Amino acid sequence: MNAPVIEIAHAAVGYDGRPVLRDVSLTVTAGEVVAVLGANGSGKSTLIRAVLGLVPLTAGSVTLFGSPQRRFRQWRRIGYVPQRLGAGSGVPATVGEVVASGRLARRGVLRPPGRADREAVAAALRAVGLADRAGDPVATLSGGQQQRTLIARALAGEPELLVLDEPTAGVDAASQEAFAGALRGFVAGSGTVLLVAHELGPLRPLISRAVVVHQGGIAHDGPVPEPAGHHAEPDHDHVHPHCDEEPAGLWSM
Amino acid sequence: MDLFQYDFMLRALVGALVIGLAAPALGIYLVQRRLALIGDGIGHVALTGVGAGLLLNRSPVLVAVIAATLGAIVIELVRSRGRTSGDLALALLFYGGIAGGVMLVGLSDASNASLNAYLFGSLTTTSPADLTTIAVLGVAILVTMLVLRPALFAVCHDEEYARVSGLPVRALNMLIAVTTAVTVTIAMRAVGVLLISALMVVPVATAQQVTRGFRTTMAAAMALGLLAAGGGVLVAATADTAPGASVVLLAIASFLVVALAAAGWRALRRHRTPHPAPATEPPEVVLR
Repeated sequence: MNAPVIEIAHAAVGYDGRPVLRDVSLTVTAGEVVAVLGANGSGKSTLIRAVLGLVPLTAGSVTLFGSPQRRFRQWRRIGYVPQRLGAGSGVPATVGEVVASGRLARRGVLRPPGRADREAVAAALRAVGLADRAGDPVATLSGGQQQRTLIARALAGEPELLVLDEPTAGVDAASQEAFAGALRGFVAGSGTVLLVAHELGPLRPLISRAVVVHQGGIAHDGPVPEPAGHHAEPDHDHVHPHCDEEPAGLWSM
Repeated sequence: MDLFQYDFMLRALVGALVIGLAAPALGIYLVQRRLALIGDGIGHVALTGVGAGLLLNRSPVLVAVIAATLGAIVIELVRSRGRTSGDLALALLFYGGIAGGVMLVGLSDASNASLNAYLFGSLTTTSPADLTTIAVLGVAILVTMLVLRPALFAVCHDEEYARVSGLPVRALNMLIAVTTAVTVTIAMRAVGVLLISALMVVPVATAQQVTRGFRTTMAAAMALGLLAAGGGVLVAATADTAPGASVVLLAIASFLVVALAAAGWRALRRHRTPHPAPATEPPEVVLR
């Protein structure tokens, strides 16, 4: 049995007293590719946000690489891919600049970027097929290319664990394929993956285990379940609004 | 130039140039996180510090630095809580700050002219000691903003990602807040608390009309800030206008020129090159 990378024990999360997750326990070991599935509002995104410490637990514990999350400091071992880039600011930033910020966990705040950093950024851009777009402003990219930029940013830090929040939601087919290819390379290098998905699409063959979250608890843990009913139709296309799970403050990003 | 044979003109120019360079270097981070007007709010709070300083016969600038820093820390705490009620708290702080300042200045022996000097700037009364303060703090701001650029960019671009990267997000946010307060107070002498935000924000707005990346935007904004500050002092000296207002109007004029030129250039290019087929996104819904 491989070493556990993520251990969640009896975790509970609530927003403003409203429970979102209750008594969730889950262990992910090194080399696994775990997909967290579930309907909108089931709490699947909250689950990975709790793993990363972005939302506080109301009960239970999260352990990362053997350290309690509160005392975990080796963040360079984790690459995080958020659902999408924030609303975007007025100030332009190039694809290369965004991806380069993925090196900060490894480099620290004060050290200027060196050759290893530039090479890692170039390799990450190649992995997602955006090497020729490094100098372009992120805002001029399509939604799928922006998503690939975020994946490149996580890969640039050369992490051992990738945590992805709906990486393929609303992403065009070419970007989904490029993304699956990048993830395949990461898994082949014995990386561990925890990803939230609504639909697996081209990622399906990579997934070693699926966890289904339903009404704040884990309803299934094992092989990827077969789609049922009209979800199984080949031309079925999901339509779902992207709603914030938290009320966004006026001054929040 | 004979305009600058007078020491006070030279001091005014040097002070303005330092502020013109430092203010956009900080302002770009404020614009990036959509807090473009925060400098204005902190300026209001600084005014209470000026009033308290005048009333207590202490250095108004020093007391203003303390008041503005405390105000900036409170604003940052409200912002990081991310509550919607935060903007009401900010409004209370801003208007409380300016009303407190006006009342305290009124209670002190200072004249209305000295209130005006802080509201709209009074570069030509910059003393050698003032200039030293402006230069030392200005260079400190500049160095901090340049050295920490990758980390500050990451925090302002995607705060959650920065947290998962293990960056000291809270400390960096506090650093931006405190630096904003210090910038506001040193620039108070040059352009005044009511106009300082313009020097932080307008050069950035101008630069991003034509730039593609963050680093180039920062460099261009600093150059534009320097030009506006230098040119503004020159205009003020020759045309005998208020230096603060001249600097800000020059910055806004260059924004208008660059924005119009950029729009014209884009229209021209669109006209010349045929439209490429728009990239097709997958359908969101299946229409049957």
